[in-house]
Parts: sequence; structure tokens; C-alpha cells
Amino acid sequence: MKGMTLIVKKTTQLIAGIVFLYGIYIIVHGHLTPGGGFAGGVIVAGSFILLILAYGSDFMHLTREETGSTITENLGILLALMIALAGMITGIKVFFFNWLPHGTVGELVSAGVIPLYNIFVGMEVAASILTIFLALLIFKEEVTKW
Amino acid sequence: MNPLIPLFVAVPLAGAFLTMIFGKFVKNLNRYIGLIVLLFLAIISYYSIVTVSGTVSVYKVGGWEPINGIPIGIYMVMDSLTAILLCIINTIGLLAVFYSFTYISQYTSENYFYALFCLMVAGMNGVVLSGDLFNIYVFLEISAISSYALVAFGVEREQLEATFKYQVLGGLASLLILLGIGFIYWKAKTLNLADIKVALGSAPEKIHYLLVQMLLLSGFGLKAAIIPFHAWLPDAHSSAPSPISAMLSGVLIKAAGIYVILRLFFNMFIISEEVAILITTLGALSMAVGVFLAIGQWDIKRLLAYHSISQMGYVVMSVGVGMILVARNTKPEVASLAIAGGLFHLINHAAFKSLLFLNAGAIEYRIGTRNLQEMGGLSQFMPATSSTSFVASMAISGIPPFNGFFSKLIIIIAAIMAKFYLLALIAVIVSIITLASFMKFQRYAFYNKEVQKDEKSPKEVPFPMVASMVTLGILCLLLSLLVLPQVRDIVLKPAIDILMNSQMYISPILGM
Repeated sequence: MKGMTLIVKKTTQLIAGIVFLYGIYIIVHGHLTPGGGFAGGVIVAGSFILLILAYGSDFMHLTREETGSTITENLGILLALMIALAGMITGIKVFFFNWLPHGTVGELVSAGVIPLYNIFVGMEVAASILTIFLALLIFKEEVTKW
Repeated sequence: MNPLIPLFVAVPLAGAFLTMIFGKFVKNLNRYIGLIVLLFLAIISYYSIVTVSGTVSVYKVGGWEPINGIPIGIYMVMDSLTAILLCIINTIGLLAVFYSFTYISQYTSENYFYALFCLMVAGMNGVVLSGDLFNIYVFLEISAISSYALVAFGVEREQLEATFKYQVLGGLASLLILLGIGFIYWKAKTLNLADIKVALGSAPEKIHYLLVQMLLLSGFGLKAAIIPFHAWLPDAHSSAPSPISAMLSGVLIKAAGIYVILRLFFNMFIISEEVAILITTLGALSMAVGVFLAIGQWDIKRLLAYHSISQMGYVVMSVGVGMILVARNTKPEVASLAIAGGLFHLINHAAFKSLLFLNAGAIEYRIGTRNLQEMGGLSQFMPATSSTSFVASMAISGIPPFNGFFSKLIIIIAAIMAKFYLLALIAVIVSIITLASFMKFQRYAFYNKEVQKDEKSPKEVPFPMVASMVTLGILCLLLSLLVLPQVRDIVLKPAIDILMNSQMYISPILGM
């Protein structure tokens, strides 16, 4: 896929970082404000997709990138599952038990394991949406190659 | 709380993700992860069926206790019916994974196969364990979406068409189910199965109740492929890779369709006679129409797929007879016999239909065709495949001493005792036509031709495939033991009690 004009490239360069940071903000404030892992993850994936659309994919090794994002995705969800399973060996020993100290309501570091779930779910969602995008891109490249 | 209950879902999920992370780097790791996961699940499901015996154990995920007697968290419930289904899912899953060792190596991207397989098992285990309606829906989608991908695993024209049809109808089913759940939530303000029964009360609003029942019956009927909703099944089940066909036909339509219908209509709704008659009619219809559609097929897997519809008809019909009697509040012993017949046939069907699909896969693996007219004389080249498929064919057509005979006998006896003579007659006729159609399968595939043995003639399939088929063949014989009263009292009786008497299901959950 070809990139776009210089204007688009420059604007994207300026915007993508802010979009990425905003996604991170949504993820880490998941237990305090609306949003959370899923919404933030989509925004983070959006920043990557924006860059790929603006600069084109000619300089990327698409399949290698896809392998990387698949592994990140599975790692994220595996870690979330591990935290849930860790609940089975701590405290009252229940699956999905909130086993960290709960902290004060309204502070950034509070609510026990909920922020951790948000972070890993965000990782999983960002990587999986990027994987879908890359898979479609690979498919398109293969079709045009024939 | 029984710590094994969440493991049924968590372990296959972890297996799927581990396969995707490490499978790319370590050769053959994927298949061993799949085997270990399924072996573990099978062992804990046998342990559960022995220990559960009539009790209902509730697992409150996250440790959320009920507030003012209202359940607020996610509940996972393990009772005898669930334990039976878990045993079916994980046993067939284990054998299908072992069979895939050689079968799937002819495809590329084995990683995806084992990961999706584990996800499908996780979804089905979740459906049968879930104690609330919305989680049934969520797990149903997990198993359904992974099965869409698995049906299309060969990525040929035929498979893509089948999976597209399956996705459209599966999506429609999910829509109907979600709509039904929405309507229930509107009136009952809760999603816990036991709590819904209490919240809707003994005299529910008639029109709303009927609408919800019809939505859920058609939604789960689509998943179970009862006759007016069966259009996706023959395509999807015949074009999937064979171990997946065995899982879809042997397990998925039971766990995601029949089980949920049983659970909802016996334990969540108050059984009304008109709905029970409707379910019985649908069952009898799928039994009769399915077998007539099957007998003309020349593609082995399509033939088997149509027989799945027909055999599921037996289960639904028999359970429906039980439902009618429960609704009329007469002859409880006949009702329990009818339900026992249905459940027994459900267990048996899982064994023999998976075996038949694995046989079909073995034939396809060696001679590369599914068309009955192009094969013949295979019995001298593939003795294990031939003998196991003979066992399964006899079992499905109801020839003693194989398991299918006893379950069909119980179903027919129950129908006669309940004075539904027409249903009993249909069941007998369908069984005879089933026999005819499997005679055709045996004759054209394994006998019929005298072929000279030379180096080009097909060989017996590799060990993992033979081992899985032989194990299932032995199971077909061993499951007949369920007819003995001693065994039946341990396995089937508690499940029937739970279905007949929903108070037994509700009280432990709501802590009454």
C-alpha cells in the first residue's frame, strides 16, 4: 500500500503520539472514569493504524509485524487469565477474586486488580485490532500480487 | 466451593493462548498442549460425575455473595446433568485431538487448529456450567465463533460457502437468543436462571412468557438443528475437517442446543402443555424428515450429518413426551423413563456419531473422496476402520447389544406407556430406515467390489487415528451398561431428578 501526501504524513506524525497517549490515559483510568481496557485499546490501535495508513505499508514486513501483534495479543489475555487464576490461591480462594488491597476510592492506584485487568485487556484489544488490520492488509497485498 | 468448576473454562482458555504464543517456536508443541489440556479436563470431568451424585454445587465467581437473597455475581452451577455433558464434551474432545495428530498434519497452520479447538471446548464447558442466561449466551458465542473458523479450516470454495451459511444462521440464532434474554430481563430484572424462575412467579403474563419461550426455542433450536432450523447443518458438518465434524455433530449441537433447551424449559420456565406438545412435534418431525433426507445422500459426511438431525429428533421427541407428562402432572414414572431415554440416547449419539465421522475422515484421508459410489472393497485394506464403522452403524441403527438399541428401546417403551402410539410407530419406522441407510453405507464403502491388493491400494490409517476410533468403538459397547439399574442410578437418575423437580435446582442456588 502506498503512503499519502506530505501534509497528511506530517499531520499524522503530530497527532499519532497524542492519540496513543490518550488511549493509555483511558486504559489506566478505567476504574475511575468511563472507558477502560476495551475503549482505550481501540484508541491505541487507532494510533498505529493511522500511521500505517498515512505512511503506507511498503517499508513494513507485514507478516513479521502480524506475528508480533498476535503474540502480544495472546500474552495480554493470558496474563489477565493468570491474574484471575491467582485469585484461586489467595484470600478466599475464588476465581476472579480481587486479591490486591483496594486502596482509597478515587485514587489512581486503587480498586485492587481491576486496573491490571484494564491494562492487559487494553493490550489484548489494541493488539488484536491491529492484527485484524494487518491481516486484511496482507490479504490485499496477496490479491494485488496475483 | 468446588475449585474444579472454573478450571473447566480456565484451563482450555490458557491452553489456547499458550498454543498461540509458543506454538510458532517449538515444533509439535501445539498438539501436546491440546492433548494435555483435554486429558486433564477429561479426568476432572470423570471425577466430577462420580462425586456430584445428586448434589448441586454452586460457584460464585469473584466471591460475590448474594445481597438480600438476590444473586448479583456470576454463578457457575455443577449438577448431574452438567456433569454428564462435561464428560461427553471432554471425552470426545480428547479423542478428537488425538485423532487430529495425523489428520490435521495434512493442513497448514496447525497452531490455529489447536488454539481454536481449545477455545471451542472452553466455550462448550462454559455453556453447560453457566448458571445465568447471559453467560450462556457469551460462552455460546465463544464456541460458535471458533466453530465458524474451524468449519472453514480447509479454505476451499465448498468450506467457505458452508461456513458463510453457518455464520448467517448462527448469527440469526444469536440474535433471537439475545432478544429473548432482553425480554426476560425486562420483566424479571435478573438473569440468574433460578432467580428468573422465582421472579417471574407462578402466574406469569401469558403473552410475554410465550413470546420469550418461542424466541429462545427458535434460537437454541437453530443451534441444535431441529428440523425447520436445520439448513446450515449438512453443509457445515460435512465440509469441516473430520475431527471437527465429530465435535460439531457429537458435542456442539448437544451442549449448545439440546442441553440449553432442557435446562431452560425444565428448570427456568414453568412447563406448559402447548409448548411441550410443540417441542415433541418438532422432535418427531426432525426424526422423520431427517432420515428421509439422509437416505438419498451419496456423500458420506452429508449422510451422517442428516442422520444427526434425525437422531437429535429422537432425543427431543423423547424429552418432549416427558415434558407433556410433567405438564399434565400425571404418570411421573413414565415421564422420568422418557427423559431417561432422551438423555441416554444423547450420550450414545455422542459416541457413535463421533465415531462415524472419524471413520469418514479415515476413508477420506486414505482415498481422498467422500463419494460412496467411488469407493468399495475397503474392508480388506482398512480392517480397523471397517470394523469400528460396522460397530457404529449397528449402534446408530439400534441393533443389540450396542448402546443405540437400548436407548431407542427405552424411548419407544416410554412413548407406548405414555399412550403416544403414533410417536412410537414413527420411532420404529425411522429406526428401520436408518438401518437401511447404514447398510448402504457399509456395502458401498467397505464391500461391494473385489479389488486386487497391490502397492497402490490404500493402507490402514496411522496409529493415533486407529486408537481414537477403537476407543470410541469400545465405548459404543460399554455404554450399553447404562441400561443396568445400578449404573443408571448413579449417572442418569440424579440428572432426571434435577430436570423433573426444578426446586432441587433452585434451592441450592438461592440458598433457600
